[in-house]
Amino acid sequence: MIRKYLLGGLILAVGLIYIVKLFMLQVVTTEGYDIENDNAVRKEFIYPKRGYIFDRNGTLLVANEASYDVMVIPREVKPMDTLEFCNILKIDLGKFESTLEKARRYSPRLPSVFVPQLAKEEYAMLAEKMHKFQGFYIQKRDIRDYKTDYGANVLGFIAEVNNNTIENDPYYNLGDLIGKQGIEKSYEELLRGKKGVRYIQKDRFNRNIGSVNNGLYDTMPVPGKDLTITLDIDLQAYGEQLMTKKRGGIVAIDPKTGEILALVSAPSYKPQLLVGRQRSTNYNILNSDTINRPLFDRGLLQMVPPGSPFKTLTGLVGLQEGVCDPNQIYFCSGAYVYGRNNRRMVCHCGGGARDLKLAISKSCNSYFANLYRKIIEKYPTATEGMNAWSKHLKSFGLGDFLGYDLPIGKKGMIPTGDYYNKQYPDFRWGATTTLSNSIGQGEVLTTPIQMANWVAAIANRGYYIKPHMLKPSNNYEIDSSYENRIYTTVSPEYFDPIIEGMAEVFISGTAYFLNVPGINICGKTGTAENFTKINGKRVQLTDHSIFMAFAPKEDPKIAIAVFVENGYFGARWAGRISSLMIEKYLKGEVSLKAMEALVLEKSLEDEYLKPFSGKSFYINQ
Amino acid sequence: MRLAREHKNKFDFLSIGIYLVLIGFGWLNIYAATVGGNVGSIFDLSQPYGKQLLFIGLSLLMAFVIFAIDAKFYERFASIIYLAGLVLLLGLFVIGKEINGATSWYAIGSFTLQPSEFVKVAVCLALAKYLSDMQTSIARPLDQLNSILLVLIPSFLILLQNDAGSTLVFLSFFFVMFREGLPNLHLYILVFIACLALFAIKFGIVYAIGFSTAILLLQPFISKGKYKLKLWRFLAIIGSGVVAVLVRYFYANILQPHQRDRLDLWLGFEDDPEKLASLRRTVLYNLNESQKAISSGGFTGKGFLEGTRTIGNFVPEQHTDYIFSTVGEEWGFLGSSLVVILFMGLMLRVLYLANLQKNPFSRIYGMGVVAVFFTHFTINIGMVIGLFPTVGIPLPFFSYGGSSLWGFTILLFIFLKLDSNRLNEW
Repeated sequence: MIRKYLLGGLILAVGLIYIVKLFMLQVVTTEGYDIENDNAVRKEFIYPKRGYIFDRNGTLLVANEASYDVMVIPREVKPMDTLEFCNILKIDLGKFESTLEKARRYSPRLPSVFVPQLAKEEYAMLAEKMHKFQGFYIQKRDIRDYKTDYGANVLGFIAEVNNNTIENDPYYNLGDLIGKQGIEKSYEELLRGKKGVRYIQKDRFNRNIGSVNNGLYDTMPVPGKDLTITLDIDLQAYGEQLMTKKRGGIVAIDPKTGEILALVSAPSYKPQLLVGRQRSTNYNILNSDTINRPLFDRGLLQMVPPGSPFKTLTGLVGLQEGVCDPNQIYFCSGAYVYGRNNRRMVCHCGGGARDLKLAISKSCNSYFANLYRKIIEKYPTATEGMNAWSKHLKSFGLGDFLGYDLPIGKKGMIPTGDYYNKQYPDFRWGATTTLSNSIGQGEVLTTPIQMANWVAAIANRGYYIKPHMLKPSNNYEIDSSYENRIYTTVSPEYFDPIIEGMAEVFISGTAYFLNVPGINICGKTGTAENFTKINGKRVQLTDHSIFMAFAPKEDPKIAIAVFVENGYFGARWAGRISSLMIEKYLKGEVSLKAMEALVLEKSLEDEYLKPFSGKSFYINQ
Repeated sequence: MRLAREHKNKFDFLSIGIYLVLIGFGWLNIYAATVGGNVGSIFDLSQPYGKQLLFIGLSLLMAFVIFAIDAKFYERFASIIYLAGLVLLLGLFVIGKEINGATSWYAIGSFTLQPSEFVKVAVCLALAKYLSDMQTSIARPLDQLNSILLVLIPSFLILLQNDAGSTLVFLSFFFVMFREGLPNLHLYILVFIACLALFAIKFGIVYAIGFSTAILLLQPFISKGKYKLKLWRFLAIIGSGVVAVLVRYFYANILQPHQRDRLDLWLGFEDDPEKLASLRRTVLYNLNESQKAISSGGFTGKGFLEGTRTIGNFVPEQHTDYIFSTVGEEWGFLGSSLVVILFMGLMLRVLYLANLQKNPFSRIYGMGVVAVFFTHFTINIGMVIGLFPTVGIPLPFFSYGGSSLWGFTILLFIFLKLDSNRLNEW
């Protein structure tokens, strides 16, 4: 029995099982269709408008311009008139082959950019012949159109994503544009929006036959957000003009809000240079200029000894630590003499009786050297003293990243007790060993934006708000940390004598000739020694000209730090630039025409060439 | 005599009809799977679909030739055909051409011939001849051994040519022997050894011996016999241990890595998700793609030449071993289940006819035909829809290739010729 029907039974059983399985596979299972893998469907991205960028007064800084990329899907490329194609695009056959090969290596099935950012004429020529070139199509996307020649370092630029980014972030595809610097990078996600996807059904001759399932799988693009940044483009432009033929940085902050009003780095470049097809060429030119370093944002990255403006902080720490009586007179003999061997720290203030106010306005080294010693030596050990000092300074945002919303920065340097314990393993160090710190030389390093931030904290009498570039708007959320006050460790009442001293700078002090009519400015000059290496030898260069200020004294609206490389005395260039910037911002126009003309004309290029001249040279002329 | 003449050419047109539908539908699918973007002549001999059309024409010619030859010829010359088949297989060792790692092809110009497809016919004939011989009794161990050797020798030669899939097909002749009276014990032993092998691979030798011990000691209770501790049980336990060790050795050392992976996946051994994912991309790639293609067909299919995955060549080897996925994608559940039903119909029809045969040779041969078709059908479609591990054997009448088409045509039409002569046998 079983013998006779075994095979027949098996045939029936297997057949039925297979039919059931086929039913499960084809009818019951609804999933399993993967549109991404359907070779009869082409995926096209719809790129949203990249957000515009406006300045704080609503001036349009960055807009968009249509640009057309030739895209290729390598596996769909069919034999065609390659020569004609190359002629239209102005590329040679070798380039054609190598680009196609590169795209194929990336993915035979996914679109790659074949020729980026066509000129309008090229686009017009190609568009009507496109049907001849199977596997190629034209993708429209926006590139940037800069409405200003200034603020390149702030605005940043966009460029094609690199492979590394593509691998790490699935949002990006080959040929997508991404913010590479400045605002474009910091707020990439706000600006870019979200690209949409359109699936196009093709027949077997690779012709489009409409959308897939009436667009069931398609997604709409989400447009990028328009950003309003805190920059005042007029002030920025003015700052950049003042810095022509000079190197350095200007940072202006609104102390009440922490908003960055101007962030000048000189020399700079026109933002329009880094747009479109000539971007990479221009970028290479800028990047290879290792002498002027136009891509180096001096406002954010240049770490220098702050010099005399640092005395304001020494004064504040002294007051907070209770080792300084603002009215007590200290007699400066033209140098601070200390130690067993009568070592001297020279002072250029002219000598005489100094209280705190006069010490600041005259920039008396001796006074602050004395005060610094008192601060450190208040504690039983130098390590503890140094740590206390360091803690106060760090509360002003020094020695660490400030947390502003631009993608680059430097920590600066505020030494601690541990730092010196490592430098001097025998622990034989103390206040006098590190005396240069008192006047912002020695181990102390700050960036211009840190200086602007601390002068803002002085203007606010004890607090600051993290400097930032994004203005609040209904369009987007601003990080709450840009609204909170950060309090320093120095009590508000101790700021008055320092502010008085800084005001005195403009009355009888080092900047008496920089007054702006009708505005009470509080400031402090700085002249920082600096060195370079020429053929391995340490050579001193002309001092950096440094200035910090806020104004008006009664109701501070702008805090500014200016740094001019090798500009010599603080008041000479940095001070003048500060006054002009303050007047420009507060009044809208500048009345100090003579001063303005002087600054605009002054070139420090000879100074910058000195170290490269190969001859010996004089400094501080 | 008059009666006999009338019945002489009574061919079974139902089988012939199904055969024609299958090769016709098969060709349409080969066309769909290989046409790509070209739209040349369907007779274009540089394209698989063009060649297959030629093969089909030749196979029809063969069918006529087979019908023209006297029915007695096949029985009379079965031994010689068998020997010729062996010679063809042996010849491969001398002038065989290697394709996809298997040295199982003769190359004549650009055409290739795979003798193993024809050897199936030869073995089927020889086995039928041997078992139908008056002198032979399958109940006798010696005759069992002979008939097993008859099948084993050619399959061993094919295995040596590295064509494991085709070798497996020869197992189908076990159905024939069983039908002809191979004792039940053999079936039990076969099932027992199969289970033992699975245990040995899945759980290891100790468990396999434990399994065989349990079965052998409990066997009297299962078969309700009297319980006696007989020596053979212990010998069998030892024997099964030896078998388990051999199976393990075969699994670990003889099996090629890709075969082992296929087996592992089918048995559900691999539970490391990472390894599994990588296997899915490599070993299971074909299966995944063919299942996706089939399931994308839905109920009614995407339509002839509209199968997007077929056009995109997503399924490798689609026009040969995976041709059923084209059916599934373009013709949907309706088309693919129709193909299954057509195969069932053909096999059941031939089986029915075989059982009607008065001549034992014809009957046994018919059984062999059904068994071979059944094995190909089960393994091929089972593999394509994911119920069987990957074994590269063609789907009769569907898969691209002259040898297999001719082999199956000859196999079927010899039986139809024998069947047509049924009423002449007295």
